[in-house]
Amino acid sequence: MLWLTCPNCGRRPIDEFAFGGEIPAVPDRITDPTERDVDYVWMFDNIEGPTTERWFHHAGCRRWQTVRRDTATDTVVAETDTVH
Amino acid sequence: MNEFVETLLELKWHEPKSSYDVVIIGGGGHGLATAYYLATRYGITDIAVVEANYIGSGNSGRNTTIIRANYGIPESVRFYRHSLELYETLEEETGCWIMHSTKGLLWLAHTETAMRSERARCLLNTACGAETVMVTASEAKALCPQLDLSGGGRYPVVGASHHVGAASARHDRVVWAYAQGAMREGVHVLQNTRVNGLLREGDRITGVQTANGPISAGIVLSAVGGNVTTIANYADVRLPVRTHPLQAFVTNGYAQGLDKIVGDTELLCYVSQTARGQMLIGAEFDRQPSYSKQSTFDFLQTCSSKIGHVLPFLKNLRILRQWTGICDISADFSPIMGPTGADGLLVTTGWGTWGFKAIPAGGALMAELIATGKTPDMLKPFSLDRFASDHPLADQGSTGTR
Repeated sequence: MLWLTCPNCGRRPIDEFAFGGEIPAVPDRITDPTERDVDYVWMFDNIEGPTTERWFHHAGCRRWQTVRRDTATDTVVAETDTVH
Repeated sequence: MNEFVETLLELKWHEPKSSYDVVIIGGGGHGLATAYYLATRYGITDIAVVEANYIGSGNSGRNTTIIRANYGIPESVRFYRHSLELYETLEEETGCWIMHSTKGLLWLAHTETAMRSERARCLLNTACGAETVMVTASEAKALCPQLDLSGGGRYPVVGASHHVGAASARHDRVVWAYAQGAMREGVHVLQNTRVNGLLREGDRITGVQTANGPISAGIVLSAVGGNVTTIANYADVRLPVRTHPLQAFVTNGYAQGLDKIVGDTELLCYVSQTARGQMLIGAEFDRQPSYSKQSTFDFLQTCSSKIGHVLPFLKNLRILRQWTGICDISADFSPIMGPTGADGLLVTTGWGTWGFKAIPAGGALMAELIATGKTPDMLKPFSLDRFASDHPLADQGSTGTR
């Protein structure tokens, strides 16, 4: 992935952006509150396929945005402006 | 692996059985080393190593072959020093030439802050038995005459730590040495056999489902690189691991020898010379998690411009090949070895960008765990439950990443 579209600045090189992590989802089968906390803090879904992630335009307008990216091919599926 | 290589090796291929005592997923360095030590040290030979492609086709064939033990926490230093020592005697033990050569590693510091952390690391490493000494800029120049101490005017070298025991070896040959040793003892290595599920009886993992049919097992060990989450998902095990691409490249041959391995935490690059004379250059992993093995021009550009500041002769060389592997980076940048919480499934993962140097120790200690059922002391800090018990082994600075 070489380019990302920032809602403010338009299409910019990926070097200007910082990866802010996936939006985590703890599996429903983990019901114990402590285990849910451990899972939320440490574990990663590490999905091979489309994931929903936060990206930060650190070398530009410093805006956060939500990006849907396919990790199997490292390509952007959709760029949305949703605030989570 | 081509026919030419196969004729050089004594690899005995076997027809797959339907059941084994131990099934190891992943025919890379860690998987084959575990099989080798199980067979040679503990007499357990009813083992299958199941590999999706050919042996050494994953990260064992894509790394930068540096063997060192200068880490930032005592648990890691002890573990990697054990590995360094096993590497030193590996040729003698297996009878295979792995092109092991002890070179010493210069870890450059460009600022007073970096000097402080290098000094701290020197004291810790030497105290834990991995000899590391501070050298001044001029001493570093004497050890490695190709260094530009002005750092191209941008990254002046203030000093360096010299990790005396650091070495390099030929990655394929390490894999083949273990494969040959294990197969000689009767271990089955099943190539082109992709695991696409785990067999379960209640909560217990009882084998693997492969593209060529099911194989039942007393114990299953996942020694997979990159795709470990896929295996863990089959057993509903959650891992603190993300998969990131890691890139590296080699230049054409360089007639003069670069005697030292040169690493640089601030530039996040490292260089060593292969036995062929090529300069092997690597850097930190790509920022975003991805399973894509796509190499990028961007990496070549940034990495070569950075390393050219401290080793200007590199600017006159040409890039021959570049490649990418996908590595599993754990949340605290230390490996995860041991039980997974799922009965019958063990894991050795989180090898990120530092797996090659750990092949012998990782294999030997995992073999001990499987054979005796007890976690060796050296392995205890690296268990998966360290995250739940709030004892992570945060050691990112020593991994050459940021």
